[in-house]
Amino acid sequence: MREWFLSELDLEYVALGAAILGTGGGGNAYLGKLRAWQELRAGRRIRVIPPEALKDDDLVISVGGIGAPTVGIEKIEKGDECYRAVRAVEKEVGQPAAALMTDEIGGANSIEPMIAAALADLPIVDVDGMGRAFPELQMNTFFIYGLQPWPGALCDEKGNTVVFTDVVSALWLEKLARTGTVAMGCTAGFALPPLTGRQVNDWGVKYTVSQVWRLGKTVMEARAEKRDPVAAILAQERGKLLFKGKIADVARWTTEGFARGRLEIEGFDLHAGATLRIEFQNENLMARVDGEAIATVPDLICIVDSETGRPVSTEETRYGLRVSVLGLPCTPLFRTPEALAVIGPRAFGYDVEYQPLGDYVMPEPVVTVRDLE
Amino acid sequence: MSEIQFRIGIDVGGTNTDAVVMRGREVVGWAKRPTTPDVTSGIVAALSGVLAETDIEKPSVGAVMIGTTHFTNAVVQRRKLTRVAVFRLCGPATQSLPPMVDWPPDLRDAVRGFAALLPGGFEFDGRPIVPFDERALREACRQTLAFGLNSVAVSSVFSPVNTEHETRAAQIIREELPDAAISLSHEIGRLGLLERENAAIMNACLRDLGQKTIAAFRESLADLGLNCPLYLAQNDGTLMSADFAEKFPVYTFASGPTNSMRGAAFLSALPDAIVVDIGGTTTDVGALAHGFPREASVEVEVGGVRTNFRMPDVFSFGLGGGSIVVDQRSTLGFGSWDLGISVGPLSVGYELTTKARVFGGDTLTATDIAVAGRRADIGARANVADLDPALIAAGLAFMLGRVEEAIDRMKLSRDPVPVILVGGGSILVGDRLGGASDVVRPPHYQVANAVGAAIAQISGEIDRVVSLRDVSRDEAIAAAKQEAGDRAIAAGADPNTIHIVDVEDIPLAYLPSNATRVRAKAVGNLNLEAASTAG
Repeated sequence: MREWFLSELDLEYVALGAAILGTGGGGNAYLGKLRAWQELRAGRRIRVIPPEALKDDDLVISVGGIGAPTVGIEKIEKGDECYRAVRAVEKEVGQPAAALMTDEIGGANSIEPMIAAALADLPIVDVDGMGRAFPELQMNTFFIYGLQPWPGALCDEKGNTVVFTDVVSALWLEKLARTGTVAMGCTAGFALPPLTGRQVNDWGVKYTVSQVWRLGKTVMEARAEKRDPVAAILAQERGKLLFKGKIADVARWTTEGFARGRLEIEGFDLHAGATLRIEFQNENLMARVDGEAIATVPDLICIVDSETGRPVSTEETRYGLRVSVLGLPCTPLFRTPEALAVIGPRAFGYDVEYQPLGDYVMPEPVVTVRDLE
Repeated sequence: MSEIQFRIGIDVGGTNTDAVVMRGREVVGWAKRPTTPDVTSGIVAALSGVLAETDIEKPSVGAVMIGTTHFTNAVVQRRKLTRVAVFRLCGPATQSLPPMVDWPPDLRDAVRGFAALLPGGFEFDGRPIVPFDERALREACRQTLAFGLNSVAVSSVFSPVNTEHETRAAQIIREELPDAAISLSHEIGRLGLLERENAAIMNACLRDLGQKTIAAFRESLADLGLNCPLYLAQNDGTLMSADFAEKFPVYTFASGPTNSMRGAAFLSALPDAIVVDIGGTTTDVGALAHGFPREASVEVEVGGVRTNFRMPDVFSFGLGGGSIVVDQRSTLGFGSWDLGISVGPLSVGYELTTKARVFGGDTLTATDIAVAGRRADIGARANVADLDPALIAAGLAFMLGRVEEAIDRMKLSRDPVPVILVGGGSILVGDRLGGASDVVRPPHYQVANAVGAAIAQISGEIDRVVSLRDVSRDEAIAAAKQEAGDRAIAAGADPNTIHIVDVEDIPLAYLPSNATRVRAKAVGNLNLEAASTAG
């Protein structure tokens, strides 16, 4: 039997890979990584299991941080917010969780559930609901494919817990949770309505913990061996190099609590003479060359430092940075009409038809059920 | 009385202390002396040297600017550091990551005295997380006293948005611990609690060393009869007064590479280039854009600690004139001689002039190789006449390879770029470098650091949160620019040379009052006359 327990180095890989899949948003996993390290040093364990290891009627709770990433770097967690949110949902449904998971592998929420799982001594499922980051709660495969939008629980560091017992839609859950989070000071732990093991297997984007782990490992090894980390990412993810250049202009504004903006990248090398324009709302949504969309949500538009492969978040973009823009195909679960209605270009206000960037290749799991036998 | 017309720039490096006298844009003269373990005797020697060489009248010196790596080195070497009490005002928030959690254990052991997580701190919108608790703060002061600590670093959640709790804490600490030095995080760092707190703790751990060092600098100047104001170079290429530097030694971090790059741009008149500064112990390679060092885009580590200062993007490695040559050919066997020669990172440092072969010593250094290879003419070439030509060739190739690799790392594209070579150790490489469109060794390249300190400007900065309910964004930015300029003038800048070098407005997400954070920075040339009367 081979089980997957994460070490400090594994968490380093996960944090880096998750930041790349954050597509500019998702929050910084650095602080989460430090907190997870603290749990390992205190003797707790972080174990990852494949979704196939779940029984059909197992209860699985997806949990993570909610709020503004710029607030999270100041008002760091007390530590048990997510754990308490999990316990509140368990209490509401009257059944203990068999495992925890994240609904958003891109960015900080890759690691957040691992901290709750360490405190609860529960495994983490190698799956998520996006394969990337998105700004709002309803934008995951679970809600798109019909998960009941209640009960959820919101906990702050001061000891407040709010349980949402009856909610009419995922969009309302998002609105109510967001409002509660602002009142709590813009950071909180949030547990989503629970899933069954069956639902996790039907609706989940599979093996994304393995994916970010491998992605982070690839970049760190390429750096150490002085290979081109951008080429290494592209080879690993079978993605496309959309553009390479220098950030020439950044404009930002905030509306309804979202950091919106756009940036312009002047091309180098193959792209000399061209300009790429990226529009973002927390995450990168749309990439255009000369007005023509070359990549849009839900496919992933990732900006990395051309030299180091380090992901560049929308907050960090600034004039003069040398960056490579990568396009990675999203999960087929996001390419159906019902999914595109929620997370396609039109859902974000762009009058553009979604053109898939390429074929999705399912990541390979680090540990399979066969390994566990 | 003689007319005030000169500035003296001093750079204290690991190996040499350089002094340069400047009048306007002209380098009048310079001197290079070995750095001494006490730092100040080296400064006195270099100053005396340059005063003797130029024969200028002391009252005609309007200002002395010192750039020093002394404080960075203290942190890197974990020496002469003060133990610190850390007060974090946070209430229940942030408990998962206590102060100094991300420090290297040896540095944490050297600096950590006591840490208290106390009630207080603010939400993003300026509301307190929990009320400030005066009694808890006084109790923490008593514990600090019991531990025998006299330097306190104070951080509060969201202090860049609301400084009140840190300021109140400082008042109480002053009452309870009148002798304690206090470092407030909002005066040192930006948003990002851990990084800002780290910077405040580093400042706090340097307070004793800062006071001693700057007092010694002042004495050195007085002993030499220089009664002009003293400035220290900051990491952004501008100056701070000696009084200010005593309280904020942390601002000198990385001022060395900044000065060398600013000096190189000035001396070569090339505002966009790669600068290679080879000193006695280390080589720093950085990129110039518009005459200023390119900034590092990531959080910068100092001595292994993550901080969020604005720092120049510099790649450093252990190669300099004093680097020790290691010959391992005999242990590697036949056919592998070319792998057997390495130069650095160990260095004889300031003992170069006694230990190097060309100076009569018995240590084979990078300088000996350069002299034997006819790159330079220093000391007695006869002393290295017996060196194996294969060793000389391998040594020169090793050094060239390291420098070319570093240039390639800092370049922004594959295209060749101009390279400016500065620093006394730049004799180690020739005038042909792979990846360079042109190799420039400007006049006075040996003292580019000190020139960079001498030409450093005065800055004024504004960093505040403004509600856009009552003013427009443009008005808020215009007001910030105006006030930054006024602050620079008040600090001694010539009003006719003021210009804005940095403006940034960051909307704060979720704020009902539509608040935005506005930062502006103005710089201007030091007004010698005004500085002298003010000082």
